[in-house]
Amino acid sequence: MTTVLEVQSLTKGFTMHHLGNHLAAFDQISFDLKAGEFLLLKGQNGAGKSTLLRTLYRSYVAQSGKVIFHSEHGAIDLLSAADVDITMLRREEIGFVTQFLVARPRVSAEALVAEPLRLAGETAEDALEEARKWLSAFGVKEDLWRAYPTTFSGGEQQKVNLARALILPQKLLLLDEPTASLDVKARAALVARLAQLKSDGTAMIGVFHHPDDVAHLIDRVIDLTPGLENEEREDVVV
Amino acid sequence: MTIAIEAPRLVKAAPLLTAQNVSKNYGDVQAVRNVSAEVFPGEVLGIVGESGSGKSTFLRMLNLEETPDAGTYTLDLPEVDGNLFELDRFARRMLCAKRIGIVYQNPHLGLLMKHSSSGNVAERLLVAGERRFSVLREKAQEALEASEFPIERLDAPPIELSGGMQQRVQLAKAIALEPALLLLDEPTTGLDVSVQALVLDTLKRLQQERKITMVIVSHDLGVIRTLADRVMVMRRGEVVEAGLADQIFQDPQHAYTQQLVHAKL
Repeated sequence: MTTVLEVQSLTKGFTMHHLGNHLAAFDQISFDLKAGEFLLLKGQNGAGKSTLLRTLYRSYVAQSGKVIFHSEHGAIDLLSAADVDITMLRREEIGFVTQFLVARPRVSAEALVAEPLRLAGETAEDALEEARKWLSAFGVKEDLWRAYPTTFSGGEQQKVNLARALILPQKLLLLDEPTASLDVKARAALVARLAQLKSDGTAMIGVFHHPDDVAHLIDRVIDLTPGLENEEREDVVV
Repeated sequence: MTIAIEAPRLVKAAPLLTAQNVSKNYGDVQAVRNVSAEVFPGEVLGIVGESGSGKSTFLRMLNLEETPDAGTYTLDLPEVDGNLFELDRFARRMLCAKRIGIVYQNPHLGLLMKHSSSGNVAERLLVAGERRFSVLREKAQEALEASEFPIERLDAPPIELSGGMQQRVQLAKAIALEPALLLLDEPTTGLDVSVQALVLDTLKRLQQERKITMVIVSHDLGVIRTLADRVMVMRRGEVVEAGLADQIFQDPQHAYTQQLVHAKL
C-alpha cells in the first residue's frame, strides 16, 4: 500500500495573548498512514485529538514539525504549503467531516450537498440527483431537501453535513466525531459509506466518542495521552 | 534574520492580482503601509479590520481610484502589462469599465440615483464601447436578472428602491461585462439581516457559477466567513495576519486578530 501521509514531530500549542499564556496541545507526534488505512485517535478529553485533526487540515497553525501529504499532484508539506494549494487539496483530495454544519443562509439542503460535485464540474442536474440519493441514504426526509438546513434540528443538520462531506471520494478523510448524536439509520449509512471509501483506498484518521460504531474498520490506534513516547503511542486494536 | 523558503507550489496558475508594498499617506497619516497581496483566479480574499485600518483605502487603490505613494499593482490579463498605478487616467477608466467591477457600501457612490436601474447598468456597457441599443438593453437585463433584481422594476430609478435592491443594481453594473476582478466594499453593511442574506447568497452563487475573483472588505466577520477563501487582517494601515479563512477564525495568531475574533457576537 502506498503512503498517503507522514506526520513528523508535529507540535501544537495555543498562545492566548489576552491571558499571556501558552497552552500545549500535543508535542512531537509522529506517525504515517497508508492508502485504505483507518487510524483511530484515542485519549482523554483535552488530549488533543480534534486539535490534531484540525492541525492536519491546516485550520490550526502548528508550532513545528512536518506533515508530508502524497497528493496526486506530488508530495507537499501541508504545514508550509501555500494557502492556494491547501484550498485546492481540500477541494480535491482532503476531506474533513465534523458534527458541525457549514450551512449558509438561503441555501437548500440539496444544494448544499450537491455543491462539492458542482465545483468538481458535474452538471447542476446530475449533482442534485446524487445529492438527493445521499440525503435519502442518511435518512433526511424528502420534504426537507429543499428547505434551509439553518432551521433544522442538530441531528438533521449533521446528516446534511455528512452527506455533503462524503459525497465525493477523497484520498484522505479526517473524521471528527461524525457519529455523535446520529440515529441508528444515519449511523449505519455513515459506517457503510466509510467502509466503501476505505476499500476504494481512502486513508482515514478519526476521533469517535463510541469507537464501537466503526470497530471493524479500525486498522491502528494512536494514543495521544500526554507524556508518551511515539513508540508507546501505537496501541493494539481490540 | 530568517529567510523564508517557499515550498514548491502544486497550483501552477499565476495570481490574477499581485499588489506589492503598497503605501498611501494622507498628510501625516499613513493610511496604508507596505501592504502586499496575491489573489488567484476564482479566489475570494476577505479584508477585515477596525474602522480606519486602511482596508477601504487599499480597495480603492485596487480600483485605481487612488494612486499610492509607493508600491506596484499588476493584473494577469492579456490586455494590460506592468504596474497599473502608472496607467494614465483614460487607460485606468477603460480597464475599470471592462475588467474591474466594484460595489460600494454607499450606493450613491456607484449609481446615478435618478436614472433607471437598467440605464445604470447600460451606462457601464456604454463606457466600454457598446452602442447598440438592443444589446445594451438585453445585457443590462441579463446582469440584473443574475443579480436577482426584480425584473418588473427595470425602469425604476435607484432613488425609489430599497437599500438591498440598490446593492443589486450596483452588483449588476459591476458584473455586466463579466469582470476579471470584483471589488466589494462593505456590500451588506446597513442592510437588514434578511436582505443581507440575499445579497450574500447572490454573491456566493455568482462566484461559484462565474468563477469571479473577488476582494471583499467588511468589518462584519460573518460576511467574510461566509464568502472568503482567505483573509487578510489589517490594523492601522498594516497587515497583521493573513491566512486561510477557517484558520484566521479558528486559530488566530496575532493578538489583534484574537481580540477581533473573540469580540464577535
